[in-house]
Amino acid sequence: MSNLFSHARRVAGRTMAGLAALAVAGVAVPAAAQETIKVGVLHSLSGTMAISETTLKDTVLFMIDQQNAAGGVLGKKLTPVVVDPASNWPLFAEKARELLAKEKVAVVFGCWTSVSRKSVLPVFKELNGILFYPVQYEGEESERNVFYTGAAPNQQAIPAVDYLMENEGVKRWVLAGTDYVYPRTTNKILEAYLKSKGVAAEDIMINYTPFGHSDWQTIVADIKKFGSAGKKTAVVSTINGDANVPFYKELGNQGIKATDIPVVAFSVGEEELAGIDTKPLVGHLAAWNYFQSVDVPENAEFIKKWRAFIKNDKRVTNDPMEATVIGFNMWVKAVEKAGTTDPDKVIPALIGVSVPNLTGGFSTMMPNHHITKPVLIGEIKDDGQFDVVEKTPGLIVAEEWSPYLEGSKDLIADWRAPMNCGNFNVKTGKCGAQ
Amino acid sequence: MISRGLLRRLGGVLFLALGLLTAAATLPRPALAQGAAPDISAPLAQLATDKYDDTEAALGALSVSGSPAAAGIVAALADGRLMYSPATKQVLIKTPEGGLTDAATGQPVAEAPPGLKAVRVNNRIRRAIEAASGTLALVDADPAKRLAAASAVMRSRDEAALPALDAALAKESDARVKSALTLARASILIGKAGVPDAERIAAIATVGGEGNQDALAVLRSVPADASPAVKQAAQGAIAGIERSLAIWAVGQNVWYGVSLGSVLLLAAIGLAITFGVMGVINMAHGEMVMLGAYVTFVVQEAIRTYNPALFDASLLIAIPVAFLFTGLIGVVIERTVIRFLYGRALETLLATWGISLILQQAIRTMFGPTNREVGAPSWMSGAFELGQLSITYGRLWIIVFAMLVFVALLATLRLTRIGLEMRAVTQNRRMAASMGIRTNWVDAMTFGLGSGIAGIAGVALSQIDNVSPNLGQSYIIDSFLVVVFGGVGNLWGTLVGAMSLGIANKMLEPYAGAVLGKIALLVIVILFIQKRPRGLFALKGRAIEA
Repeated sequence: MSNLFSHARRVAGRTMAGLAALAVAGVAVPAAAQETIKVGVLHSLSGTMAISETTLKDTVLFMIDQQNAAGGVLGKKLTPVVVDPASNWPLFAEKARELLAKEKVAVVFGCWTSVSRKSVLPVFKELNGILFYPVQYEGEESERNVFYTGAAPNQQAIPAVDYLMENEGVKRWVLAGTDYVYPRTTNKILEAYLKSKGVAAEDIMINYTPFGHSDWQTIVADIKKFGSAGKKTAVVSTINGDANVPFYKELGNQGIKATDIPVVAFSVGEEELAGIDTKPLVGHLAAWNYFQSVDVPENAEFIKKWRAFIKNDKRVTNDPMEATVIGFNMWVKAVEKAGTTDPDKVIPALIGVSVPNLTGGFSTMMPNHHITKPVLIGEIKDDGQFDVVEKTPGLIVAEEWSPYLEGSKDLIADWRAPMNCGNFNVKTGKCGAQ
Repeated sequence: MISRGLLRRLGGVLFLALGLLTAAATLPRPALAQGAAPDISAPLAQLATDKYDDTEAALGALSVSGSPAAAGIVAALADGRLMYSPATKQVLIKTPEGGLTDAATGQPVAEAPPGLKAVRVNNRIRRAIEAASGTLALVDADPAKRLAAASAVMRSRDEAALPALDAALAKESDARVKSALTLARASILIGKAGVPDAERIAAIATVGGEGNQDALAVLRSVPADASPAVKQAAQGAIAGIERSLAIWAVGQNVWYGVSLGSVLLLAAIGLAITFGVMGVINMAHGEMVMLGAYVTFVVQEAIRTYNPALFDASLLIAIPVAFLFTGLIGVVIERTVIRFLYGRALETLLATWGISLILQQAIRTMFGPTNREVGAPSWMSGAFELGQLSITYGRLWIIVFAMLVFVALLATLRLTRIGLEMRAVTQNRRMAASMGIRTNWVDAMTFGLGSGIAGIAGVALSQIDNVSPNLGQSYIIDSFLVVVFGGVGNLWGTLVGAMSLGIANKMLEPYAGAVLGKIALLVIVILFIQKRPRGLFALKGRAIEA
């Protein structure tokens, strides 16, 4: 009760509009809430990120549709509330506030870029919401109100590098990325990891390019030059979004084949390949926790239903979609376990929830609010799909704080009762201390 | 001698397998008839274990087994047609018609064992296949295939191929193939253990004469335990190649710069009309480029559906269509929005910005937010070597195309009546009007021309960039930069501006990196504009001064 009161006071303290909205909602909600539970969808439907995020909006709508057909949650139907933050980071925070304060949604599925997640974080903390974040990211974060269903660096980048070392005998590394937080942090972790494996500093080349970089001639020529030192070379690419297509085209133009210098990418999936002629790319790699080509009954079933829902029998599926599906199912399970949609009950209930993933196993929500995942390495085939060439034998637990970085190697996150902390320092024994 | 004859037969079988896959099962096999075939059951068993290590070992064993079936198996593996049954461990080849033959005997198999799976191939296996089929093709009847095989062997530097190389070298008559074979042999010798110093130094001289990146990679593979004389020879050759490559690198950067400059020119040249000549701050310019790219996509789709034979001409067909379509859109925008805003720069900026958002979202709604695939015609794919420069046809054609567009536009403005009227209206609108020129109509045509040219640029840019609703956004800043830097209202300024920005960018990039290079360039342009506010080629005239 006191919690609710202080919550209301905080909102009221902000703006009159907020208070008005709360009052209106307070009157209106009890009548409506008996029939439906609102689910917020916070994905960009216009602007640069629409290319990736529109699919995830459709995925949430698909899951809601499926859940309602199966009788809803707690006997109530789910209704989606879709907003468009238009690839505009401050607008993400504004729309998140609209979803939580005005629409009173029980949960939000959303965000793609790390900067959009960071932008909505204060809003979710202040209004005590639940956010499911479905994209692989750089780690170094664990928040009470956020559940990360995408991969942390150790669930994607490090197994990919291991694969190249063991199977391709790679000795020389190009870490190429777009110039923003995810590639920079991932490359920092990878650089530390490679050095710990005995790779010399002169065998690592790090290269950053601006967003949407389209003229790759010089960089590809540099990679070619770097690769002619007599040691097997590979490119680890954290190049984001649209810049990938001209990059791969230039590799093909300059005659670099996957058998010469393989490129392993962390941001290239089925959706991205749908717009490219993939014949010159055959053999280049991607590391994900899911591929559409994974041959298990769960996946075949999911693809069939998804295509029927979207009314397009050529629509591809990808890793962030699977992460959205897992997140959604976990939330449903936790709500049923808690018997309510109240975030204060659902957040603790989510820890330990285990649901089937689409690669034939189970994923579990860990106390650090990240999930366990298998890691798959795929080679691009000429039809734009991936051939899974390696799958980790077991599930991998996310390392939200990388043990390879100076600032985070002593930190752990555990949101269970006694600790309740996202950045507990095991050396000093204090929460919040770096 | 035996191995040579055997290899020739193997090469023949490979050729057969590649060319006439259907025949493989039914034709009598001369090699089989001549004697008992070597036993390949061990490598076949390895192929059925579904482990990459085993597959690689099997390939190595097959390429030296001398079995006539080896080439067919290697070719089938490369095409993903080699199947195995996890239950019975049988290895089968799938023919393109869907039939199955036994891998060892070549006999057709009537009933497929259940749960048949393809033997999986990854990069490592692909390399092994390349090496194995390269070795097998060294004695092919076709010189082009022998040349390709020689370079495949040079890339793989597979020591097991050495006897085959020696044999091929002894009977080679074609000079080009011979030098490629010598090079491949030398590449293997450099890295091989136990080669006499004199032979190794000769090999270093052969490879060093090549002077390219590949040679550099080979020279760096000299074993650590080589004698000082060998190491010294290798060091000398490496230093020599590096010196010559450093000179070529300058040429390469200039070429990349010209290539980037031509892209900038294409993107900016339409803006040079709408912004440069008319003075409209046209934020929707990038979307005209984007529309041109989508027109290319639609044209290609139509050609794929109705007349696939015309595919190579699809870009040529798309050029006039894109020009007319985006030109028309331009005229409509001018008539409905921009003509009410002449002389009000800020409003024009906001209105055209709004139009650009509307166009983007319209395309996103119609075609979806994901990239669309625009294929490259065959004459735009591939590359050729010019000294140590690798020049891609796609980039070359874009440079040629940019120049053609530039000349055509210049000619339109200089030599045609509408060009004359455009210049008259820009220089002194009221006087032009009193001479009987319909200035309204000229305005609409000028804007249409600028938009149409942007559409043409979109056709070319669809070849190097993503065809997505965001295509235009990435070019709008660069376009304004080029036009302002070159001098507003001057086409030559746009040309020189685009080329100098392109080359400066590519010269800076190797030292400063792509991000810093771009920042440095912006700073340089800002400083330059401070010094010369009207850009490189300032236009003088009453309208401009006013």
